[in-house]
Amino acid sequence: MNALPPYAQALGIELDHDEDGLPVLSVDFSERIQGRPGFLHGGAISGLMEMAAIAALRAELERRGEAMKLKPVNVQVEFMRGGTEQRTYAMGTVTRAGRRVALVNAECWQDDRSKPIALAQMKVLLSPAE
Amino acid sequence: MEEPKSLNDLPPGFVFDPARAAKLMTRHGHGGWLGLTYHAHGPDWVELALPWREELVGVAETGVLASGPIISLMDNATSMSVWTLSTRFVAHATLDLRVDYMRAAVPGRTVIGHGECYKLTRTIAFIRGIAHDGDPDDPVAHVIGTFMATHGTYL
Repeated sequence: MNALPPYAQALGIELDHDEDGLPVLSVDFSERIQGRPGFLHGGAISGLMEMAAIAALRAELERRGEAMKLKPVNVQVEFMRGGTEQRTYAMGTVTRAGRRVALVNAECWQDDRSKPIALAQMKVLLSPAE
Repeated sequence: MEEPKSLNDLPPGFVFDPARAAKLMTRHGHGGWLGLTYHAHGPDWVELALPWREELVGVAETGVLASGPIISLMDNATSMSVWTLSTRFVAHATLDLRVDYMRAAVPGRTVIGHGECYKLTRTIAFIRGIAHDGDPDDPVAHVIGTFMATHGTYL
C-alpha cells in the first residue's frame, strides 16, 4: 500500500491492520482533531473516512493489477454519533469499481464496531496511469 | 469579562459576532491546527480562510491540498453562517455534508470557504457553500448539508 499523505501523517492517521485484505485506518484522539470541546471535528472524521475509502480502492485496484490515477468527484458524509476522546477507526469497502468510475463506502467507529459514528460514500474517477 | 475559551462558554442570549467567534473557533482544536482565520461575513454567510501549508497536502508529489482540510473549512464556515443568521450561538451537530470537487486547489494558494445558511427551522439549518482559491467564479468545491440544534432552537 502507498504511504499515507502528509495530511494523514500530521494528524496521526495510520494503517491499523488488514481485515480480509481491506485496510483499517485508525487515529488517536488529540487536540489536533478536536471540534467542540470533548468531541471529534466532523471534518477530521470525514478526512479519515476519505483516506480509508481511497486506501480500500487502491488495495482493490492493486489486486486486479490495474494502475489507475484517482480523482475524487464527490463525497457524502452522514454523522450519526458524536465522536468522543478515544481511538477512532475507519474502513472503506469498494461497492463498484468499473473502468472509469468507482463507488466506495466508508464507515467510522470507535469502541463499538456495531455503532458507527459516521458513514461516507465517495465517487472517484479512474483513468489509466501514464 | 474573562475571555471565553470556547463558544460553549458564551452566556445564553449572547448576540453572535462572527468575527469575534471565529477567533475562538480557529484558535483551538482542529480549526486551530488547520490555521483557519476569519475572512468576511454578511447577514447569512461567513467566509474563513485556509492558508496552504505542507502538512495539509494530500498528494505529496503534487502539493495539492487534501480534501479533509477543505471539508473542515466548509464545516466551520457553514456552521458559523447558521449562528450568524440565527443571531445567536446554539449548540448543534452536523447531520450530513456533501462535497462536490470541481478541481484541485492550486498548491500554495489560500483557500477561501464561503458558507451560507439558506434556511433555518427551529431545529434544522440548511446550508450550502463554495470553496475557491482566488476566483469565486471558478470554485474548487461546492458543498451542501444540514445541521441540527442539539440544545435549544435556532428560531
